[in-house]
Amino acid sequence: MIRLFKVKEKQRELAESANGKPPVKKQSAGELRLQKDISELNLPKTCTISFPNGKDELMTFEVTIRPDEGYYLSGTFVFSFQISPIYPHEAPKVKCRTKVYHPNIDLDGNVCLNILREDWKPVLNINTIIYGLYHLFTEPNHEDPLNHDAAAVLRDNPKMFESNARRAMAGGYVGQTFFPRCI
Amino acid sequence: MAVSQPSKSRDLDRLLLRPGHLAGPNFEPGQELREDIKEYVKVLVVGAGGLGCELLKDLALTGFRNLDVIDMDRIEVTNLNRQFLFRLEDVGKPKAEVAAKRVMERVNGVNITPHFCRIEDKPLDFYSDFSIIVLGLDSIEARSYINEVACGFLEYESDDNPLEETVKPMVDGGTEGFKGHARIIIPGTTPCFECTIWLFPSQVKFPLCTLAETPRNAAHCIEYAHLIKWNEVHGRKSFDPDNSEDMQWVYSEAVQRAELFGIPGVTYSLTQGVVKNIIPAIASTNAIISAACALETLKIVSGCSKSLSNYLTYNGVEGLHIKVTEFVKDADCLVCGPGVLIELEKSVTLKKFINQLEDHPCLLLTRVSVSYRGEKLYMQAPPELEKETRSNLDIPLFDLMNGVSRDIINVNGMAGKGDKKQSCMRKLRIAFKGVDGVADIDMAGGA
Repeated sequence: MIRLFKVKEKQRELAESANGKPPVKKQSAGELRLQKDISELNLPKTCTISFPNGKDELMTFEVTIRPDEGYYLSGTFVFSFQISPIYPHEAPKVKCRTKVYHPNIDLDGNVCLNILREDWKPVLNINTIIYGLYHLFTEPNHEDPLNHDAAAVLRDNPKMFESNARRAMAGGYVGQTFFPRCI
Repeated sequence: MAVSQPSKSRDLDRLLLRPGHLAGPNFEPGQELREDIKEYVKVLVVGAGGLGCELLKDLALTGFRNLDVIDMDRIEVTNLNRQFLFRLEDVGKPKAEVAAKRVMERVNGVNITPHFCRIEDKPLDFYSDFSIIVLGLDSIEARSYINEVACGFLEYESDDNPLEETVKPMVDGGTEGFKGHARIIIPGTTPCFECTIWLFPSQVKFPLCTLAETPRNAAHCIEYAHLIKWNEVHGRKSFDPDNSEDMQWVYSEAVQRAELFGIPGVTYSLTQGVVKNIIPAIASTNAIISAACALETLKIVSGCSKSLSNYLTYNGVEGLHIKVTEFVKDADCLVCGPGVLIELEKSVTLKKFINQLEDHPCLLLTRVSVSYRGEKLYMQAPPELEKETRSNLDIPLFDLMNGVSRDIINVNGMAGKGDKKQSCMRKLRIAFKGVDGVADIDMAGGA
């Protein structure tokens, strides 16, 4: 049984003591976990992270990847991350903000990376995802295509894929699609 | 011969007016208890949907007189088969308002105050006003939010026992098709929602490339329209699952996609189901779960019987299976746990405080990052944030916490020694020595 009268008294007290105090900012369990992930980041020098809303708003951020090898050498690719309040129960939402000619990233920035969707688990973290994204640039993979044309070229003619990727990064057309410069 | 009319509260009287060997420890049977429940107990029902309608009706008939209901949704035609308080002419009206009105029309003496808004829109003292909170929700996010609010009121005594008058009990119901659960959450005593969040299965998510390249079923076609086609056509404008035009658009795109691949089975209701992750609701499941929740509410409030301990699952898929499981609290839970009590001098700088955590026998924390009510006081990484927060290291923690005498801070780092080090998060109850106005209680909230 809850002690009704005691409860009432206590609540009045709390309400009174709360008067004049600034509203209490709450931090969800998801934010705390994200804070842990961020404070433990150990990124390769090809990846940087930035927080457009400042250090106290970590739930949206951007990761910039500058590959130092492979087809995408010296390109700059920006990804936006949106973290749910029930993180890590739900995977971060990640979009590629740089238009890229890539078999696993479509022209609207959707990314096909297993740990972002079907294979996400709460033991994974932001560091894992960033490494996963970086891996997409060193090892693009034609078996999980989101950009069908790019995947087909990579599979059938890697030399042509390489020149298409360079042309796209330098700012130019591949087929009918224009890619802004990102080098 | 005149036959005496049985009292309207006859069944309730049997529970509340007589002692019994199943009663809880503080049970004081009698008229006074019954009247106090009517007069003083305020119950908040969160959600006025399938479960919420049942809950309001059950709680009103159980003798609770002061009810509030909060829900942000408006009534839709598809609700009418099971959300029995609503009629065809109510479509488009706020659920909370109509539900409150209908129950008040039927049950004499009950007063229900509706709140047509988001749960996040209410200030914290709105929630502190209730004796108990009953949840009839369909999302993890909303449960998690209410749980954090309710556990935020909890205070601990210096021996780490919860302070009774700060305990805000919750009763949580949930249904999915023929399955359901009812649980009680007594913050500080039984596991809170966060302690057992792992119980929820993660959502089924299809690989994007399957959606884009090789759809095999109707759900793939719907998710293609929802996740890929929507962006292609609408750019950054985000999809609103509660907007019927958006839903209609996804549905018609999904139909085209399905025709292209010769896949049958895309319907509007399946589209809603896949996109909003809805499993068709069954009225009888709601009724059964609500009954269990209303009964637990009465038991917690009155003490007339031992409460559920602490999680009931109901499964009516094949035959009927009901089981009660006693889940255990996570002692280190960041939301409901007491945290580690640390007493400090006002002059201790953040840097000195961080060094102390390394030697603290309960913590042994290294590489510590610290935050206070969402403000990052010190971050070990990434380099930009470390640099930005470094200047705090020489400032006294008391000043960084705006001169409050006691409060919660959150830290994370590596715990343990040698190669057994493990990354972890800890809640700390900081108390500054020699500060006026220190009561002998500690806030557990702030997570």
